[in-house]
Amino acid sequence: MLPYMIKRLVSLALSLVAASVVIFVVIEVVPGDPASFMLGLNAEPDTVAALRDSLGLNASAPVRYWQWITGLLQGEFGTSYTYKVPVRELIAERIWISLPLTIYALVLSTLIAFPVGVIAASRRNSPSDVSIMGVTQLGIAIPNFWFAMLLVLLFAINLRWFSAGGFPGWDEGFFACIKALTLPAIALALPQASILARVMRSSLLDTLGEDFVRTARAKGLNRRQALWRHALRNALIPVLTIIGLQFSFLLAGAIIIENVFFLPGIGRLVFQGITQRDLIVVKSVIFLLVFAVILVTFIVDMTYAIADPRLRRSRS
Amino acid sequence: MSNLDLGEANRFGLVSVALRTPSFIIGLVLTLCFVVAALLSFFWTPFDVTNLVIADRLKPPSLLHWFGTDNFGRDIFSMVMVGARTSIAVALIAVGIGIIVGVPLGLLAAARHGSLLDEVIMRTNDLVFAFPALLMAIMITAVFGPSAINAITAIGIFNIPVFARLARGAALSLWTRDYVLAARVSGKGRARISAEHILPNITNLLIVQGTIQFSLGILAEAGLAYVGLGTQPPLPSWGRMLSDAQTMIYIAPYMAIFPGLAIVLTVLGLNLMGDGLRDVFDPKLRRAR
Repeated sequence: MLPYMIKRLVSLALSLVAASVVIFVVIEVVPGDPASFMLGLNAEPDTVAALRDSLGLNASAPVRYWQWITGLLQGEFGTSYTYKVPVRELIAERIWISLPLTIYALVLSTLIAFPVGVIAASRRNSPSDVSIMGVTQLGIAIPNFWFAMLLVLLFAINLRWFSAGGFPGWDEGFFACIKALTLPAIALALPQASILARVMRSSLLDTLGEDFVRTARAKGLNRRQALWRHALRNALIPVLTIIGLQFSFLLAGAIIIENVFFLPGIGRLVFQGITQRDLIVVKSVIFLLVFAVILVTFIVDMTYAIADPRLRRSRS
Repeated sequence: MSNLDLGEANRFGLVSVALRTPSFIIGLVLTLCFVVAALLSFFWTPFDVTNLVIADRLKPPSLLHWFGTDNFGRDIFSMVMVGARTSIAVALIAVGIGIIVGVPLGLLAAARHGSLLDEVIMRTNDLVFAFPALLMAIMITAVFGPSAINAITAIGIFNIPVFARLARGAALSLWTRDYVLAARVSGKGRARISAEHILPNITNLLIVQGTIQFSLGILAEAGLAYVGLGTQPPLPSWGRMLSDAQTMIYIAPYMAIFPGLAIVLTVLGLNLMGDGLRDVFDPKLRRAR
């Protein structure tokens, strides 16, 4: 187990370094001079020169990369060009909306997908299975931001159960905040739940065809007992992997959904960064999100290896 | 000659199986509807989408304007038709990039399985895979500004590792087959074997994955256009129509309905077609279900 973990840790570190290089090259090296880009077409030459100086752009690219990375390791992303505050503070403020939203959506998606998938698999080819498969097929095809708009139309504008957007801030109490995040979380969760329910169903159907389930039936368990006692636990491994992978999809999806509901999260921050040409903000947020994706993939790999010893032997 | 006959017979057999698969037919019909609408929009739309008629603004659906008009008086039905063109073009080119770049890379990695080259290709793939299409697009637009080309590039780059992985995985299992061994014994090089024996045998898989990536591409394009990173005005796109509709949602909710339905039905059609094709190509799977 230990050699496998070390190998995976090394490759995790390498992926992070490689990802940071890609981001650095795309944002800072390819387009030419970030300073004149940030100031726009009508900037005075000495303003550009001053900004170049304050951004440390006069150093060579490898030196700038090194400064950026050593800063990141100390938790310093740099100073936002438009807000004039450390990017770390901007992100720290907004992550407490994006992260809870993502986790809320992940929990919802799992809570919906599990029972739905189990029902579909245990009543295979019945009318309930067929209709569940039909609904999930539709769920996969719905863009989450359009679904979000439909939710606003129904629950905020017509029924007035929820507000159409905005966020009260955690000072206003837990319940008010959860209420503000509910429609966004549902919009994010339902398409993902459709995928997860289908994975749950097919994984369970695969396991139900295994020899040990037949043995369980042979010793006298009925179909339901065999499913709950033996098949379900074994069917969970691929499902857990997909849940892990969905975290990154949800995080990226949250960026778009935040725009539908005017939530001041990471997504709003990065789009403001783009329109205001605040490259430092864009660079930092993208690195953070890619970091999250790589880290979650790593964690999923590790849990997979812990759950299934065959895997770590074949890979190491 | 006899080989050719067999091939033709198989292909004909597959088509007849496909046409007896209900999900494939529904998917095909839905997809064709939008393809026809997109092609038709080059020659004819009920109204000119670049024509702003302020007197006709925000008209709800009627016999004249089937889907109503937007806040500039443009006919939404016509815009949905032209939007189909944008969506299909962006997604199709992005899938093309994924296949043209990804498949050769995957075949190369499989042909040199275990070598440094294989390792480098696959690790690069993992790296690209860590950038979801949206993040890629954000990065590209932050630097080059929003445009349909940048959306295509972002979705296309995201597709490369998908096809590279698929091609490599499928090719690896084929490399152990007897007929590949026979080809090697007869003196064919790795590149020639990949092109003549491996590629034709993974085409089915590539077609199925292509359909799925096509539908994902349409969703991604809509998402990017919705947040303003994709297709720019005045060219209509479903995603941007939805972001326009959002500002009007209190007074003209119908503006949000039709472009969204267009996205859902196209994606649904492509997914059903992909599922149907997979079942047709893999009879084992069909029985198992």
